[in-house]
Amino acid sequence: MNYQKMIEINKKKIDLWANVGSRAAFGLAVLELEKTMEELFIVTCDVSTSAGLDRFRKKVPDKYVDVGISEQNMIGVASGLSTEGFKVITTTFAPFQTLRCCEQIKVNLGYMKTKITMVGLASGLVLGELGFTHCSIEDVGVLRSIPNLAIVSPADSLEVVKALEASLNYNKSVYIRLTGGAPNPSIYKEDYKFEIGKSIKLHEGKDIVIFSCGTMIHNCLEAVQILNKKNISCRVVNMHTIKPIDVDAIKDAARLSKLLVSVEEHNIIGGLGSAISEELSKIKDSPKLLRIGINDQYSKGGSYKYLQEIHELLPEQISKKVIEGII
Amino acid sequence: MTKPEEKKINNFANIIRKKILDLSFYAGSSSSHFGGALSSADIAACLFGEIMNFDKKNFQSSDRDRFILSKGHGCMVYYAALNVLGIITDEKLKTFEKDNSDLLGHPVKNNDIGIDFSTGSLGMGLSLGIGLSLAFKKKKTNNRVFVLIGDGECNEGSIWEAALCAPNLKLNNLTVIIDHNNFQQTGSNDEIMNVKNLEKKWSSFNWNTVSVDGHNINQITEALKVQDNEVPRAIIAKTIKGKGFSFSENNNDWHHKVMTSKNYHEALDELSKND
Repeated sequence: MNYQKMIEINKKKIDLWANVGSRAAFGLAVLELEKTMEELFIVTCDVSTSAGLDRFRKKVPDKYVDVGISEQNMIGVASGLSTEGFKVITTTFAPFQTLRCCEQIKVNLGYMKTKITMVGLASGLVLGELGFTHCSIEDVGVLRSIPNLAIVSPADSLEVVKALEASLNYNKSVYIRLTGGAPNPSIYKEDYKFEIGKSIKLHEGKDIVIFSCGTMIHNCLEAVQILNKKNISCRVVNMHTIKPIDVDAIKDAARLSKLLVSVEEHNIIGGLGSAISEELSKIKDSPKLLRIGINDQYSKGGSYKYLQEIHELLPEQISKKVIEGII
Repeated sequence: MTKPEEKKINNFANIIRKKILDLSFYAGSSSSHFGGALSSADIAACLFGEIMNFDKKNFQSSDRDRFILSKGHGCMVYYAALNVLGIITDEKLKTFEKDNSDLLGHPVKNNDIGIDFSTGSLGMGLSLGIGLSLAFKKKKTNNRVFVLIGDGECNEGSIWEAALCAPNLKLNNLTVIIDHNNFQQTGSNDEIMNVKNLEKKWSSFNWNTVSVDGHNINQITEALKVQDNEVPRAIIAKTIKGKGFSFSENNNDWHHKVMTSKNYHEALDELSKND
């Protein structure tokens, strides 16, 4: 299948998307996709406002269906549409987009290989004030065990748009995990090449390799500045695709460094760190992997910043853990 | 329906029943879902033998009507119907539930043998049917979609998510047939989970609902023929689990059971006497 470029990218849009955050950037992107994709279809569960889809819903009602608060039904309806040639995007909050309809994902997308793109809104800790029913620290781990499914965790709003376009061009179903709030710090200031399964080096360094994804990329880049001042040189890799994992990037890092680090806004069980460790286990004399993430627990709720702090995911805390990891 | 037409479909159903018996025997010690396949035999004969726009010589044609066996454990009725139509060979039937077979104990999507969807995990087929029906509406084509579900399957919450959804989308090209044989895996509906008044339940969800004798060809076909105005159709087919063989009728031991050589030959004798 030829890659179809459908969204033009410019500085003005990048700034706008960063400002409105990943969810609204997604909504703006699908409005543009609709102009070139005849077969585009959106299926949601009563979340048009949360997904930035209110304009799409009003402007393109023919390509939009709201199935109400019924996520299992949503995956089935989307799969049925897909088998008749529609390019379907489903979306709702991450826990309901993944775990609530997990078996429908397994059977329809995994086993039957029906292709849709799922967008999980507000994954990770950003909805901390609402409690852990609405946080999502398990989605990657659960979905990673289902064959025939890719998992992408974009680093910023521009990467959300890039991942969406790439997913519609990809030959399997994709789960796009949106993290962060609004505004969403920009990692990329201009257009770049994005490919599902190919990680991107964001910062070069020789002592340590840090793998991260989603909005934790921003925290890692800040942590690296702190470490630089202590004469610790770090490579930072944007592992935006957690499945299929970029094996070459892991092998390369294992050759370079005695310490690898994974940083993720997810349970340390099942996510990016687990995926990397599975590959490292195949390498003789592989370096140590320090997995930083949510330490297999549900905490009390609170603001995004508060939850990052108590789960020790802020830049200062990441840099401290890395130093401890070296010793 | 004329008498010859009725006879033709009844004959189709009888062959399906015989093939289900064969399949169950081929399964050997791996066992098979005998009762729930037999309760759907007349329904399948009406769909594949009369109602559906389904050309056995061109069964992948995009204008075909679609069938989803949501009660996937009843797969033998599906394989038997496709075999009668010449789409699944006799040789392939003999591989039922064997190593590396295309014909497992629940249908696996396989366009080469006319199976459009993998099913078996209960409660998923109706939502697929909604997606298909919606796609045909959007494409402005005349395809109809038929989804066969079980009464035990109506225990699943996802069935009721879909039941609520289809009338809201005005999918009059969608028909659900509920094989109401009164039993589920470990007992009667009444013992396990009461699903009484299915007609009231579906009709209160705004489906145009009708109850029929699920073994009366005339009643089934008449109910299936109708396409309502902007409303999906639910047909409650009152059936007998294990229908066609005296040892299995209303005997829930035959929900999933090994067909021994003795059982098989007794059943063959019964069939020959009925002829």
